[in-house]
Amino acid sequence: MAILEVSRLKKYFPVLGGVFLRRIGWVHAVDDVSFSVEKGETFGLVGESGCGKTTLGRCIMGLYVPTEGAIKVRERSLSNLTAFQKKNLASFLQMIFQDPFESLDPRQTIQQILEEKYKIHGYDPAGLSKEIQQLVSRVGLSRDSLSRYPHEFSGGQRQRIGIARAVSMNPEIIICDEPVSALDVSVQSNILNLLLDLQQSLGLTYVFISHDLSVVRHMSDKIGVMYLGQIVEMADAGDIYDRARHPYTRALLSAVPVPDPDADRQRTILTGEVPSVENPPSGCRFHTRCPHVADICRKKTPPLIAKDDEGRHVAACHFF
Amino acid sequence: MKEDTVLKIKDLVVEFDTEHGRVRAVDHVDFELEKGRILGIAGESGCGKSVTALSIIRLLPKPVSRVAQGQILFQGQDLLTRPVHEMHRIRGRKIAMIFQEPMTALNPVHTAGRQMKEVFSLHFPGMTAADRQARSMEMLERVGIPDPGRVMNKYPHQLSGGIRQRVMIAMALSCEPDILIADEPTTALDVTIQAQILELIKDLQKRSGMSIVLITHDLGVIAENCDHVAVMYAGQIVETADVRGLFKHPLHPYTRGLLVSIPSLARHSKTRLPTIDGSVPDLSHMPGGCRFADRCPDVIDICRTQVPQLKSVGKGRKAACHLIPVDPDQKKY
Repeated sequence: MAILEVSRLKKYFPVLGGVFLRRIGWVHAVDDVSFSVEKGETFGLVGESGCGKTTLGRCIMGLYVPTEGAIKVRERSLSNLTAFQKKNLASFLQMIFQDPFESLDPRQTIQQILEEKYKIHGYDPAGLSKEIQQLVSRVGLSRDSLSRYPHEFSGGQRQRIGIARAVSMNPEIIICDEPVSALDVSVQSNILNLLLDLQQSLGLTYVFISHDLSVVRHMSDKIGVMYLGQIVEMADAGDIYDRARHPYTRALLSAVPVPDPDADRQRTILTGEVPSVENPPSGCRFHTRCPHVADICRKKTPPLIAKDDEGRHVAACHFF
Repeated sequence: MKEDTVLKIKDLVVEFDTEHGRVRAVDHVDFELEKGRILGIAGESGCGKSVTALSIIRLLPKPVSRVAQGQILFQGQDLLTRPVHEMHRIRGRKIAMIFQEPMTALNPVHTAGRQMKEVFSLHFPGMTAADRQARSMEMLERVGIPDPGRVMNKYPHQLSGGIRQRVMIAMALSCEPDILIADEPTTALDVTIQAQILELIKDLQKRSGMSIVLITHDLGVIAENCDHVAVMYAGQIVETADVRGLFKHPLHPYTRGLLVSIPSLARHSKTRLPTIDGSVPDLSHMPGGCRFADRCPDVIDICRTQVPQLKSVGKGRKAACHLIPVDPDQKKY
């Protein structure tokens, strides 16, 4: 049974313009996206800036109200929840943000930051000091860090605090939105290891959003590749990298610089820029940059269909 | 100085005044750039790679920082002793620089075209307005902008990140400089655009024969684009080598640690990565011996007391580590 199910999700943002700021168009940030995640799995969402991966994560968190479509956690729909139900949702869903500098209140000590979470959810923080101490040691910080302020920590340590805050409510699902993008390589591996350890010991399910294909491959069981608000290819992690079908996925993979000067690379360099999501191209959205474009691509939108026998590898392309 | 060396940095020390007193952001850095080659400077944030670049073209923030020691030899002259008006002529004309974020490097209140033309009016005062227009269009075309006329009339905020970076490159290359310093030129861009821009830089380099210093934290970018690499850690160069040597046989424990901690596209997934424990020491509290000692898996007693010198450890290779035996065949540097 899938723990998280997203079906036909759409999120459009209005574009305002003119003297009276009337709506003059829509930004199709997420346009008809469906996927499901099993318990204990990591679902990786990868794509370039503006492809809608962050919007999608925020819709799942309930930070944006979807324009259309449904999100179900443990088969319970997340739309039309009462305020009380939404608050209870925190024990299911949590989020880790990209920027560990902006997501922590600079005027609170780590103790206060972590206590606040418990207070909001109706616990008495007085009886929680032991739990909070366990929490910080679980994410690899010392106990005396509790009395310090965020600016006294390095980027990696701050991200650990963000992770501690996310796991404090014993969630089942954590949305990780570019959790290591702001970090240096030597720190990045520490945080990735911590996320893997926590997943194992707590049985967490991750939705892992990143633009870095190597990191997503490393962390994920299943991967969805997004382009202009849509998932263009989705498969098991190994499959995406070894048997990519969609020309965009292939180009994306071939563009990643590999730290091996002898690597045998056949690079497809895409020409042109990513089109605007306000006026997405007709037919296949990738046709303006695709090296294999044909007439049908400009006219007909390719459906996301199975490309292998078991139906675990889906791609939206007329050809491959 | 060898004949094909276009730029030589000798014993460079850069100091910054901070609230914790005077700190050394760059500490005794030595390297050479050969003609027509791409030298990569790799390192994590705060290692001093950008400060090194800024000191070459004498754009260090004043008055908080200064070059305390060393020489920057370009065409047989020490750039650090040149008068300011001479630096104006060298900067842009002989040594050009592109920055990480083209949005902050371009002037937001002038069109791309006006900023392009300004380069020509500064360095070639005799040029007519029509020539400046024509040369600007030509440069924009050379960096792969399909409709230069339209881009010329746009303000930076109206252009996408990829196009802005192309405009910056066009400006940097418009005087056909001998040396291009590229400080994280693709870090703010998406991978597909990054591939385009790096391909463009390499292509222009091959055609004009200029030399490039490519500064980046991304070891993949280094591996695919550079001929030679210098790895920096906490203000010092810890290892230099040709690109193959560095990636195939990294010698310094820091380089080795960095290379294995990168998740790979090919490696089996969902396993713990090797890590480098601890964090970079604070510039104001540098350890006495080797700066990497606290994080080094192979640390021995001497590392904590004695600073390892960057010494020759093989053909064209240098490393600063007590554990690496000095190559006996090489002359002392």
